[in-house]
Amino acid sequence: MGVEGIGASVVRKEDRRFITGKGRYVDDIKLVGMTHAHFIRSPHAHAKIKSIDTSEAMKMPGVVGVLTGQQVVDDKIGNLICGWAITSKDGTGMKMGAWPAMAPETVRFVGQAVAVVIAETKNQARDAAEAVVVNYEELPAVPDIRAAIAPGAPQLHPEAPGNVIYDWTIGDEAATDAAFKSAANVVSLDITNNRLVPNAMEPRAAIAEYNEPEEHFTLYTTSQNPHVARLVLSAFYNIAQEHKLRVVAPDVGGGFGSKIFIYPEEMVALWASKKVGRPVKWTGDRTEAFLTDAHGRDHLTKAEMAFDKDNKVTGLRVKTYANLGGYMSLFSSSVPTYLYATLLSGQYNIPNIFAEVISVYTNTVPVDAYRGAGRPEASFVVERLMETAARQLKVDPAELRKKNFITQFPHQTPVIMAYDIGDFHASLDAAMKAIDYAGFPARKAKAKSEGKLRGIGISCYIEACGIAPSKAVGSLGAGVGLWESAEVRVNPVGTIEILTGSHSHGQGHETTFCQLIADRLGVPISQVQIVHGDTDKVQFGMGTYGSRSAAVGLTAILKAMEKVEAKAKKIAAHQLEASENDIVIENGEFKVAGTDKSLALPMVALAAYTAHNLPDGMEPGLKEGAFYDPTNFTFPAGAYICEMEVDAGTGKSTFVNFVAADDFGRLINPMIVEGQVHGGLAQGIGQALLEGVVYDSSGQLVTASFMDYTMPRADDLPSFKLSHTTTLCPGNPLGVKGCGEAGAIGASAAVINAITDAIDNNKLEMPATPDRVWHAIHG
Amino acid sequence: MYQTTYHRPSSVDEAASLFAKGSDAKYLAGGHTLIPVMKQRLASPSDVIDLCKIKELVGIEPTGDGIMIKAATTHSDVASSETVQKAIPALAYLASLIGDPAVRHRGTIGGSLANNDPAADYPAAVLACGATVKTNKRSISADDFFKGLFSTALEDGEIITAVSFPVQDKAGYAKFNHPASRFALTGVFVAKTPAGDVRAAATGASQNGVMRVPAIEAALKANWSAAALDNVNISADGLMNDIHGTSDYRANLVKVMAQRAVTAAS
Amino acid sequence: MSTVKLTVNGKAVSAEVEDRTLLVHLLRDHLNLTGTHVGCDTSQCGACVVHIDGRAVKSCTVLAGQAAGSNVTTIEGIAKGDELHPMQAAFRDNHGLQCGYCTPGMIMSAIDIVHRHSGNLDEATVRHELEGNICRCTGYHNIVKAVLDAAGRMKVAQAAE
Repeated sequence: MGVEGIGASVVRKEDRRFITGKGRYVDDIKLVGMTHAHFIRSPHAHAKIKSIDTSEAMKMPGVVGVLTGQQVVDDKIGNLICGWAITSKDGTGMKMGAWPAMAPETVRFVGQAVAVVIAETKNQARDAAEAVVVNYEELPAVPDIRAAIAPGAPQLHPEAPGNVIYDWTIGDEAATDAAFKSAANVVSLDITNNRLVPNAMEPRAAIAEYNEPEEHFTLYTTSQNPHVARLVLSAFYNIAQEHKLRVVAPDVGGGFGSKIFIYPEEMVALWASKKVGRPVKWTGDRTEAFLTDAHGRDHLTKAEMAFDKDNKVTGLRVKTYANLGGYMSLFSSSVPTYLYATLLSGQYNIPNIFAEVISVYTNTVPVDAYRGAGRPEASFVVERLMETAARQLKVDPAELRKKNFITQFPHQTPVIMAYDIGDFHASLDAAMKAIDYAGFPARKAKAKSEGKLRGIGISCYIEACGIAPSKAVGSLGAGVGLWESAEVRVNPVGTIEILTGSHSHGQGHETTFCQLIADRLGVPISQVQIVHGDTDKVQFGMGTYGSRSAAVGLTAILKAMEKVEAKAKKIAAHQLEASENDIVIENGEFKVAGTDKSLALPMVALAAYTAHNLPDGMEPGLKEGAFYDPTNFTFPAGAYICEMEVDAGTGKSTFVNFVAADDFGRLINPMIVEGQVHGGLAQGIGQALLEGVVYDSSGQLVTASFMDYTMPRADDLPSFKLSHTTTLCPGNPLGVKGCGEAGAIGASAAVINAITDAIDNNKLEMPATPDRVWHAIHG
Repeated sequence: MYQTTYHRPSSVDEAASLFAKGSDAKYLAGGHTLIPVMKQRLASPSDVIDLCKIKELVGIEPTGDGIMIKAATTHSDVASSETVQKAIPALAYLASLIGDPAVRHRGTIGGSLANNDPAADYPAAVLACGATVKTNKRSISADDFFKGLFSTALEDGEIITAVSFPVQDKAGYAKFNHPASRFALTGVFVAKTPAGDVRAAATGASQNGVMRVPAIEAALKANWSAAALDNVNISADGLMNDIHGTSDYRANLVKVMAQRAVTAAS
Repeated sequence: MSTVKLTVNGKAVSAEVEDRTLLVHLLRDHLNLTGTHVGCDTSQCGACVVHIDGRAVKSCTVLAGQAAGSNVTTIEGIAKGDELHPMQAAFRDNHGLQCGYCTPGMIMSAIDIVHRHSGNLDEATVRHELEGNICRCTGYHNIVKAVLDAAGRMKVAQAAE
């Protein structure tokens, strides 16, 4: 590796603009003639809209227009879509109710938009919004899963009787039941996977501009995948034609899944820009983020694990209810099914698995992918069961895991996934060594003598990343292919532009993607520019989520790069009068192996563009594109161990140590990889200890601000001790697996396993707040 | 935020006369309660009258038997004041726990007391120390000042000018943070006067705001030690009950925080 | 409407604004200093932290009028030309930022922390002092590292002056 090549911890190129305050986020953009939108939102969880009177608001100072849900319908704007079709066990399709961008008749969660005011200033829009009179007829609300499935529960959508969207199964039920019948021991758990708010620090925002003579729209928006936004806005929502719509996602302040989706506010801004004939800006505030960004998780699960007399797992049976909120968000259907139940084998050889997932409507914000998306829920089920089993069977939790680890690869699980490679012993051993697992009993005894409760918790996670092989996901109901595209442009002077369909909103692509080029060509990364986030510049792309940007996005760049290199070698060989097979690339030079003849990259590039002396029949220029479709998922895996101390007087849990040993395959930039792990761990720990959405019985969101929803702060978290074990991913030429979600997937179970160990009570729900822990200790 | 008119008087009298002229005026101190509420459009004062640039309202002075903290003195200035650290170190410590550093740079003792948030820190110190709240009209003893949730003895237009804290023989504060807001989920201030009187006040616990805790006071008067509270029973009746802490949990915190406050004071 | 006069990043500025205007909006909308961000509406996230007369404050919780006559420093005002402030450099070198949205407020708070502690900081103090700044990306690990690193650099820079 060179100093800037693959494997080097290069400091980030993009940082300078962020640390000097020169980042350019959507809200930083001003357009000439720009107006401001403010949405009028339902204060009720479930209600009929009897009437909306906008006449007074229209007379308010600065008001340019007031638009309502009925106008959305009148203009034939399409309802929001769900991009993954799930089939129930009885063969019927999922029962999806309509979700218009603004509600014309019925609201189904607090915060759902019913109208929008467009005015000259933000304050004027908000002032006028108070003059819009909406009459509601309140309906009984269904605030959670239990209420949704209760007999006689209020019905949200006529399409979904009993509020059930689908009842889906995976695995062999009969074989699994048989495994339980013959089991020596059975361990069972009821698990609540708490509902979370992604809370990227930058609230969502959109600026839409319509160019009337050109019939052309531009949308600046906080998106993880601007091309998908353009596709959906044009193909399904009928607002603009695809070739007449440019979507730009400039600097985006974090996403964590929540900025994958194309929300009503962005749709309305785009539509309204044409209606009012002026650019329209909407910037959400934090309250709106709580009320409208897709939430994550929210499962109720009963899980059972069967063991034989040798403590080998023989079966796993899981029944999960998933809350999808008031409407089906873009990928909501896939999260508790194909992104969840397919990972229930964990790191273990489990011959029989059967899972049933019932997804339901409730009068809450729609739920969709949030960092990890289904895999944290799966990992939590498996790792809580393993820990519980070790306690019940009175064996060491590390030994029980090791006894059941998969050791032969490839390994076909009973739930679709075929693990390509891994070394689970290596990561658990590394983590145990890092935390001095053997010394824990002595530390626990010492803490006890000081009146402290100390516990240790292990979590061995696996995830499926590099989303995803298009043919495979297509056969499972996905509405899109999940490849990635790239283009490599070598300019006439030899500088390079990489156009990618991946989108960086904190991941550091502007650095890591350049490192590949530095590695291949030996040029400094300062000569390489990454272009992303603009549908006018990049031909197409599927965006960034599911830890896919290295495994899929960077591989697409590599494929384009290989084409560029092949052509450049031909040009160099022609110019140097050598055979192209003898050309090697070193330090930015095309050399004839074994000679001192060489041509620098700028000279090759110049030759390509002057075209004065190219091989016969060769097209001028040096620019190549590629689409890369992965052949399999990748399977990052690792072991997290956490040691905690609990204050019996207050129930407060404090970290003594947190170690992580991950296997992400090849690391492009270890510094950035570790940063991704830190952030993921913080979100996993946040779920375990701090974060949890609470709705009251009427469907009001109690945790609607940072005053009540506990975001992890610096003093809530420890410094993390990270290490890496490596098995190279065989599925892609770079050997990379993806690192963005691991921490969020693996951390929660380690924390809960540690606290329940410390307090010697296995019954503890997330978030394990001091109040809950204190009650678990004292009854 | 609704439209409003901002005023910056240079004296307490000017502030009071501006207040009288406004149709629905409000005083603005550090602004860290009023401005968020105005941003949410839950308050719509016609006029906001900034007290922070009034020189006579800023500063900390030793008095014969204690210290006087003027109303517009910020939390950070109280926390770092040598005068406070010397006279009543627990008070400086309490100020260092309010909000976060940026909040402490703006928030003031007068603003905190006038607002009387049931989970604010200062009311616990004022009540436990038996401090006196001085206004532009009168002096109000701590026992008379706090009137329940967000309610005080202040009359319309009355301005807190200072708070006088008598020096204590021993004083300690222990706070258990509300995990999200970082207000007190429960905080207890314990104080023992040179004459041997003991007062203990809890914030964040009661539905009626800051409260004295007689059971703790009695136990500590008999024996000033954390162990003396081991068998004290705090009733959960009337305590707050919310997603961050049930009332029985808060009752436990009152006792545990009181014990830790005593330990810190000794 | 009122005319608010103040000094921002060493320059005297004046703006005609509604009295309800917050300092953060004066900076962003009237002075085009968009490095100061808004991440919440309850004065908690710290994305909006600037210095007023040398002290870190949340500019979303200060009326523009309250800042009149003050000396305001924003993230755009701390580098000396091309030379980054040691805190900026430490954030970059320690990978103390990912999406960059909380970063300006984080850096402004961190400079204030180092100043108030005269550079004598340990990990626990830094973590406690960052209570008013929320980051969703980094898990704070590298932010804490960056602040400790910068504390050392700022001591050296001060000694050299």
